[in-house]
Amino acid sequence: MKPARKQRLILIALMLIGTGFAAGFALKSFNENLMYFFSTTDVIEGKAPKDALFRLGGMVVKGSVERPGDGMTVRFKLTDFSKDVTVEYTGILPDLFREGQGIVAHGRLNGQGVFVAEEVLAKHDENYMPPEVAGSLKTGMNQATGQK
Amino acid sequence: MPWLAVIFLLLLAAGLYGGLYLAPPDYQQGDSYRIIYIHVPSAWMSLFIYVVMAVAGGIGLVWRIKLAEIVAVSSAPVGAGFTFIALVTGSLWGKPMWGTWWVWDARLTSELILLFLYLGVIGLYGAIDDKRTASKAVAILALVGVVNIPIIHYSVEWWNTLHQGPTVTKMDKPSIHVSMLIPLLLMAVAFKFYYLIAMLQRARVELLSRERNAQWVKSMASLGAE
Amino acid sequence: MNWQEFFAMGGYAFYVWTSYAVTLIVLLANIIIPIVRRKQFLRQQALKQKRQGTL
Repeated sequence: MKPARKQRLILIALMLIGTGFAAGFALKSFNENLMYFFSTTDVIEGKAPKDALFRLGGMVVKGSVERPGDGMTVRFKLTDFSKDVTVEYTGILPDLFREGQGIVAHGRLNGQGVFVAEEVLAKHDENYMPPEVAGSLKTGMNQATGQK
Repeated sequence: MPWLAVIFLLLLAAGLYGGLYLAPPDYQQGDSYRIIYIHVPSAWMSLFIYVVMAVAGGIGLVWRIKLAEIVAVSSAPVGAGFTFIALVTGSLWGKPMWGTWWVWDARLTSELILLFLYLGVIGLYGAIDDKRTASKAVAILALVGVVNIPIIHYSVEWWNTLHQGPTVTKMDKPSIHVSMLIPLLLMAVAFKFYYLIAMLQRARVELLSRERNAQWVKSMASLGAE
Repeated sequence: MNWQEFFAMGGYAFYVWTSYAVTLIVLLANIIIPIVRRKQFLRQQALKQKRQGTL
């Protein structure tokens, strides 16, 4: 390779490594801000903001959804499989909202440690399958774990 | 060129027939998930074309090969188109499923930055009159922007995002039923052929205008005018 | 499955078909624009040659 070409190649390689490092450090320092939501464990451990709006993500605990009063208000428990947080929300829920579904709620904690949501977004998982397959998978899993 | 178009159209027809008609609805998302057949292949193409553009730009910079420069600049509008499609179809999918058109999570934001990178490349190339100089400038911009590619890909793993994790490129096995996966892969290959066709069309115009003083372009122009 | 059901997309017709329409428009545009530009360019060059020839 001619020296001039070699020089240009080295220059480009250095530029790529440089921007890579710069981006890496920048992302590391902004890590917290890039997190779209807090987990329920963060809330229990007091890592989430106390008096400010923030997003809370987790899975809707099966059997925890209740509608006290007028029917527009929903109460349910969110979990990250280690800690639970109770969420209250008044309004229209997205199509994917159901028990066992991952969701992200935007709102704030009240005095009783209940998360009062102003907006609820569903977070769908990366699995795609026909309903029949999902049904047989479920019964298969239940049989395996000895449940009905 | 014609046989590229034939392969593209055959793959597209098979992919659409499989995806819109044969594939069953999803157990949770019903028929809305069928947006996947254009959303995911477009998003893959937006990353793939960017890498091709940056590599071609780099080759043009180091070895001063005109053809590489032309491939790089001709790829940008096609890549921008796919990025735009990925963003718009994602939004149209997010509204009914997530409950929102747009969120500023890491995946969506980094894909938007990709669109701006493409538009930057197109704008910068158009702004500089001397096309050899323009190619160099564009190649440097494209190479710097390459850092965004792994960020887009891994954003769903590095940070909490509303966007779900990867489905097809998982290490163990794709978490999508095979009847839904086959049309998706067909569409992905079809889009690759589309890229070839669209990029070559652009490259042809680019080559003509760069070689406007060459004899073959002159005779072509006089022939075409008759 | 009949055609009506197919177009209804289980109630998601608007989202699904808008997505496909947008995709079609963008993909077509990226094919048509270079073809138009090529014709324009050749026409311009031919005009230029004619003018230079008559000088």
